[in-house]
Amino acid sequence: MAKRIARSVIEFSKAPAILGQAAVAGKIEAEGPLAGKFSEVFMDERLGQPTWEQAETALQAAAIMHAMAAANCSADDIDLHIGGDLINQCTATGFALRDENIPFAGVYAACASFALALALAANLIESGGMQHVSCCGSSHFCAAEKQFRYPLELGVQPTPTAQRTATAAGAIVLSSASDKPKPRITRAIFGNVIDMGVTDPSEMGAAMAPAAWDTLRRFFQDTNTQPSDYDLILTGDLSQIGTHLLHELARQQAGLDLALVHRDCGLMLYDLIAQDVGTGGSGLGCSAAVLCAEVLPRMLSGELKRVLFIGTGALLSAVSPLQGESIPAVAHGVLIEMT
Amino acid sequence: MEHEQQHEQYQELVKQISPKTPHAKRLILAFVVGGLICALGEGIAQVCIAFGVSQQHKRIIVPCALIFLAAVLTAFGVFDKIGKHAGAGTSVPITGFANAIIAPAMEHYHEGLVLGVGANMFRLAGPVLAFGTAVCSLYGIIYFFFLR
Repeated sequence: MAKRIARSVIEFSKAPAILGQAAVAGKIEAEGPLAGKFSEVFMDERLGQPTWEQAETALQAAAIMHAMAAANCSADDIDLHIGGDLINQCTATGFALRDENIPFAGVYAACASFALALALAANLIESGGMQHVSCCGSSHFCAAEKQFRYPLELGVQPTPTAQRTATAAGAIVLSSASDKPKPRITRAIFGNVIDMGVTDPSEMGAAMAPAAWDTLRRFFQDTNTQPSDYDLILTGDLSQIGTHLLHELARQQAGLDLALVHRDCGLMLYDLIAQDVGTGGSGLGCSAAVLCAEVLPRMLSGELKRVLFIGTGALLSAVSPLQGESIPAVAHGVLIEMT
Repeated sequence: MEHEQQHEQYQELVKQISPKTPHAKRLILAFVVGGLICALGEGIAQVCIAFGVSQQHKRIIVPCALIFLAAVLTAFGVFDKIGKHAGAGTSVPITGFANAIIAPAMEHYHEGLVLGVGANMFRLAGPVLAFGTAVCSLYGIIYFFFLR
């Protein structure tokens, strides 16, 4: 049974297993440091679809299909699919499932949606109510630019803090039924909404770093652990500036050095020197794809045993900064252990 | 109060860490590219003169040619790559105006000709038209009463 450790920190004694995972990506992502680690790569930005939105739907559908194949199960085995994306009303996620017969729950926590989906799925399985739950998260560079920034063909100069929204998706099938050694979700934490008054939508890393730190700080405190207890602390998409800020916050407020065990998906997906991606990757697909393509395989190979995965999401809309609102952020996390 | 202080401290930290906009580089690039576009316009004007085009027609042909060129470059996905480096160099001349209309029109093509292209093509250029008209009207009034 799930056990309450502290406020919104939960422990799973049965520990739902990650039965299979898959990541798919676009051209630039596939040319980065994770080349060759994706289940499928799409060189065509539109994925053969007429619109960017449909392209993201195709991205999700591909990730889900590959994850189910990796988990060796079919759509009929899935009790529930939990997923999210960054397009208005989560259409990429919902549309990806319209040809499948899978019960569906859409979630939104911006780029933290994948971590949120995993935390919710683990709870549902641990409760005994469900056996197989699939999770998916995606983002598409062009769809995100269209929704949050400018039309793609507009000749604007990026700000020096800008990040690149990843064209990628990651999917996982969680299950209660696996006796084999698998990465398992053993703890979960749901984050507070934190707003430190950052107003510039091109400073996502700065907006999200305090939320990541708040979740991390609570998790360390409530589980009585410290950074060195983990092989890897993986944040979603803080990228260069957000990572720097997170380390600084940890040092100033708790005297902790995170640099040794912390990595950020936004800095793992791209080669910042060779690729034109600003200060790193962002987007829901960034953390989902890096977790599924890079981190989980490294856990399966025995290289990593304890990974604390913290998704970070900036809860802004396209209009909220124009209305003078600052950018609140949230960070949800799951502890994944190889057992 | 304590909250506000924390926010201020954090934003100060963000400012320290964030990379600065390379103003000098951007200004020089904008100056060079903007200058080249103007030179191109002047070149087209000289060609017009060489072919004996009237002054009045020349004033129409030059901006139309630049708008056409910017529109074509936008449609072929080249303009944004130049604009990324040139910044104000490409966006301040009339080329930027053409780009600001074509780019959203292309982006919203799949939402239909009326509510997609028609409704969105002035999304970015609209403010220029609105405020341009407002300033012209204001200048007209000043001219009418004081400068005539």
